Formats: sequence, structure tokens, C-alpha cells
Amino acid sequence: MQFFAEVLVGGLLAGIMYSMVAIGFVLIYKASGVFNFAQGSMVLFAALTFVSIVEKGVGFWSSLAIALAAMLVLAVLVERFVLRALVNRPPITLFMATLGLSYVIQGVAEMLWGSQVHGLDLGIDDVPVYVAGISISRFDLFAAGTATVLVAVLALVFDRTRLGIALRAVADDPLAALGVGIHLERIWAAVWAAAGAVGLVAGLLWGARLGVQFSLSLVVLKALPVLIIGGFSSITGTIVGGLLVGASEKLAEVYVGSHFGGGIENWFPYVFALAFLLVRPTGLFGEQAVERV
Amino acid sequence: MFYREAGVYGPSYAFDLRILRLREDRVALGALLVLAFAVVPFVGTDYWFSAVLVPFLVLALAGIGLNLLTGYAGQLSIGSAAFMAVGAFASYNLTLRIPGLPLLASFALGGVFAALTGVVFGLPSLRIKGFYLCVSTLAAQFFVEWTFTKFSWFSNDNASGVITAPPLVILGHDFGTPSGRYVLTLSIVAVLTLIAKNLVRSRVGRSFMAIRDMDTAAAVIGIPIFRTKLLAFATSSFYCGVAGALWAFAYLGTVEPHGFDLNRSFQILFIIIIGGMGSIAGAFLGAAFIVLLPLLMDNVATAFFAGVIDPGNLENVQKIVFGGLIIFFLIKEPDGLVRLFLIARQKVRLWPLSN
Repeated sequence: MQFFAEVLVGGLLAGIMYSMVAIGFVLIYKASGVFNFAQGSMVLFAALTFVSIVEKGVGFWSSLAIALAAMLVLAVLVERFVLRALVNRPPITLFMATLGLSYVIQGVAEMLWGSQVHGLDLGIDDVPVYVAGISISRFDLFAAGTATVLVAVLALVFDRTRLGIALRAVADDPLAALGVGIHLERIWAAVWAAAGAVGLVAGLLWGARLGVQFSLSLVVLKALPVLIIGGFSSITGTIVGGLLVGASEKLAEVYVGSHFGGGIENWFPYVFALAFLLVRPTGLFGEQAVERV
Repeated sequence: MFYREAGVYGPSYAFDLRILRLREDRVALGALLVLAFAVVPFVGTDYWFSAVLVPFLVLALAGIGLNLLTGYAGQLSIGSAAFMAVGAFASYNLTLRIPGLPLLASFALGGVFAALTGVVFGLPSLRIKGFYLCVSTLAAQFFVEWTFTKFSWFSNDNASGVITAPPLVILGHDFGTPSGRYVLTLSIVAVLTLIAKNLVRSRVGRSFMAIRDMDTAAAVIGIPIFRTKLLAFATSSFYCGVAGALWAFAYLGTVEPHGFDLNRSFQILFIIIIGGMGSIAGAFLGAAFIVLLPLLMDNVATAFFAGVIDPGNLENVQKIVFGGLIIFFLIKEPDGLVRLFLIARQKVRLWPLSN
């Protein structure tokens, strides 16, 4: 029973890490309807930039500011050269454009900063903490705390600021938003920058866990089932989806995977998400699509 | 000048049903086929056969397969490499375990197994649409890779999951030489291309396109959505499966499951984006582009930038150029290279007049 609880809690906390990547997706999907496959590359780019600047001897906070600025520049460039040129195209075209974009970002990131593995130390000792007799990784707890803060900040921004209200307006109805004088271009740049910032946070947490390297851009694939389960347009959904995916994947790996030689967590989340979709085709919190002929 | 269309009428249904209605087009295609079948095998070098022509043909075949599903039936798939892997491993096991099975039959059966896998992973396509569906194909991708890595039975208990090609002998004739592999691949690809071209012009192809354009409307006019979608998955996976078997046996000779990873799926997706979605000829143009571009960039880099770009960075430069080209094509020429080809053909038709 205690073992079960440990696996479960470990899985839930790992799921939070997936949610962090998925939140970046949701931000962009909500505001511009783009399914941004390049989010993983943005995570990689942000983390690589941060680590490389830290390695040059710059302090933690200034490096963070520089990495954030880099993500802002990236967002403006993406809006100017990709999104603006593809406005009014079908969603599938935009998706494929972000596929291309992810190659470009990866290439640029590795060309600028090299492709070797960088270690990243956030100064948190990964020693187990005991809560009610269950050992919990302290790093995972820290990650979960960060995610909570991140979601709270995002909720505040969406709810209380002028920018947030504009974002919601664009998400609701781009044409009406244009009509009341909201600059779509600026909103897109802002939302890509916000996704970049979320990517930076996710990149730092994942980077501290796995080392900052190319495989960081692959966590994006694990964020997909999270999005599917949570629905593409809900931040709450990503958190719930992340928890479900993390917990089910770890439990399946431990209790089912051990009979097949392990490694089923590579594909289990997708099958889980599929099974979920068969019951609820738009995810837990997604909007029901209405089709008219 | 080149085209003389005056006096070309459609006197019969047979004429109207032709793939190429203009004599000039038929002559051009015939010349191309004669060149590919009768001239190239004798003048090509081994390097061209094994490093350029065979991968080009195989990738074009996989591109046709994905195009049937994504370009014609509108179902986004990022798991084509999984179906290629099923085709390769199935035909390997069939030749291994059924003695005396002809090579071509094993390729075809490999395709059938891939088609069955495609149907299984296509089942969710009735309930889920668009981006959600790409999770189903991603599940196929990771599940297939995992299965072939974990269960060594599929690779005849090879420790690292590597499979080796059987001797490429058909009716006592050995196709194992580089030019033989090329001829074998070319023949299979030519036949399957003809079938695919006719499929998309038929009632089945039209119902694929109706579903792509709007599946609710297609259902209203009486197209059986579920059956047609599954048929699209099956035919597409069959093509990918045969392409996978050719990739393993005619191109590489030995292959491991990781040879069919997600990057291969993306490569095939890029082929149809660059070549042109919903076009058979586009798959060939896209495959040519994707095979030739890295070779061209290698040569340019060594010829002009030797010492400026170090080899490690060349790969990154390739990534950037590739990604940039994808975006460029989507912005400037969403119909792909095949559209450029058609524009050029139109110019030749009217030459020396201008339109």
C-alpha cells in the first residue's frame, strides 16, 4: 500500500512537469488557434540560452532576464515572419508551419550554444522528504510549487489586466476583437512571448532533471496526451490532464510494464489519451465543436 | 511549339478516362519511363543507385501512401514510419518463417500486415478529428517501435532488434546488385503509382476528397464515413508498409526499429508538404527534393565553405534550411513543388506566346 502511494505521488508530481509544457501550448492555442508544435523547441531554446549564459559567469537573475528577453525577441520574430504571413490559413497549415519552425529553432539553438549536454543546478537538493511515511522527491515538490505559482500568476494576468482581457477577447472572437480596436499582431506576439516564458520555466525544471540537451525538445510529445485529456483550451485542463497522465503512466509502468520488460511509459499515455477520447472526444474541459454543413 | 493541341477532341469515354489526354504528355512520360528503365540501369554508378535513386523511389512511395491519407482523405498522420516498420518486419518474418515464399509475395503481405495495423490505429478516426487524431498515429509510432525493440521474436532473437534482408531473388534472377535493387524498386514503385493514380481518380478517391473537404457534408450525401476513413488508413498503410519493406531490403539491407523513428515520419510528412498535398506527382518531387537537398548542401559546404562551417554545424544548418523551406513553402506556395511544375508546363504549352 505504501509502495502504491509512493508510485502514485511520484507520478502525480511528474505529471505536473508535463502540465508545465502543456500550459505553453494552451496559451497559444487559446489566443491564436495555432497548435504550436514548436513549444518543445522553445523549451529547449530557452533552457539552452539560460544555461549557456550562466556558464559564461553571469548571475542567476540577470541570466533569467536575458533568457526572457531572448524569448520575447523570438516571439516577435515568429509573429512577424510566420504568423502574419499565414493569417486566415487553415489550422493544419499553421500546425505544419510550426513543425518547420521547431526545426529552425532547434537548429539555431544548437548552432548558437552547441549540442553538448549542459548540467543545470537550481540549488535544490533532490533528497526525499517524508510525509506520512511516504517518501517524496523534494525537487518534485519544488516543481509542483512552481507550477502552482505559475498558474496563479497566469490566472491573475488573464483575469485582472488589460492585456489579459484583450487576450481573452481575441480567443473568444478574433473579428470582434479587431472591431473594438485590439491589435491582433501585438496580442499574438504577447502570447508567444508568454508561452516562451512558460517554456523557460518548464525548461529550467526539466533541464535540472534531465540535463539541458536536445532530448528536452521531446517532452513536447508527452505534453500531447496531457492536452488531449485536458482539452486544448483550458489551463485547468492541462493541470488535471498532467496529473492523470503522470499518475497512470507511472502506475502502468510499475504494475503492468514489469510483465513486458518495461518501457511501456513510452506509449502508454497516448493509448490512455485515445481511450479517453473515445469517451469524451473534446477532452475534459475542451469546448464542444459544432459543425454545420 | 511543343504542344500541338489543335484538333484534339474527346471522341470517346475511353479517351476521357485517360490519365494523360495530350499526346505530348504521354510521349514525355514514356520517354521518362524508357530513360528510367532502359537507360539509367546501364549508365548509372553504384553510388547513384544506392545513395540517391533507391531512397528517392522508396520515400516517394511512402509519400504517396501518406498523401492518400493526409493529402486526399484529410486525416493528419505523424506515424507513417510505424507502418513502414510493420511492413519491413512483417515481410522479414514471412520470408524467414515460410520457406519458399516468393519475395514479391512477402512484400505484398508485409503491406497487408501494415494495412491491418493502420486499420486498428485508424479506428479512433470516427470519433476524433483533426489534431486530436495525430495522437492516435503517435500512439502507433511509439507502440510499434516499442514492440519491435522489446520482443526479440520479431527480429529472430537478434539482441539489438536488427533485421537483415533475405537474398533478393525473383524467379531465379538475382536483384542484389545496386542496379538490380534499383530496377526492383523502380518496378514496384511504378506499378503501385499507377494503381494509386487510378485509385484517386475513382469513386473511392472522390469520396476520400469529400471527407477531406468536410466529413459532415460527405456523410449527408451518403458516403459511408467510417468505412471510407478506414479504407484510407488501410491503403495508406499498405503503401507505407511496402515502402518500409523496400527501405529495409532494397535500400539499407539491415535495419533496426529505430530506423523507423518519429523523424522518419516527419520526413515523409515534409515530402508531401514540399511536394504538394493531394498530388501523386508531388510525392516524387518532394522525395527528390528531400533526398537531393542534403547532398547538395554537403557539396556546397565542402566546395565553398570548407573550414568556415564545421561539419558538426552542417547538420544544424540543414535543420534551419529545412524548417525555413517548410515555412517558405507554406507561405508562398501552399500547393508545393507540383504547382510550380504545373505552372512551368502551362508556359511550355503556350510557348512562344505568353499568358
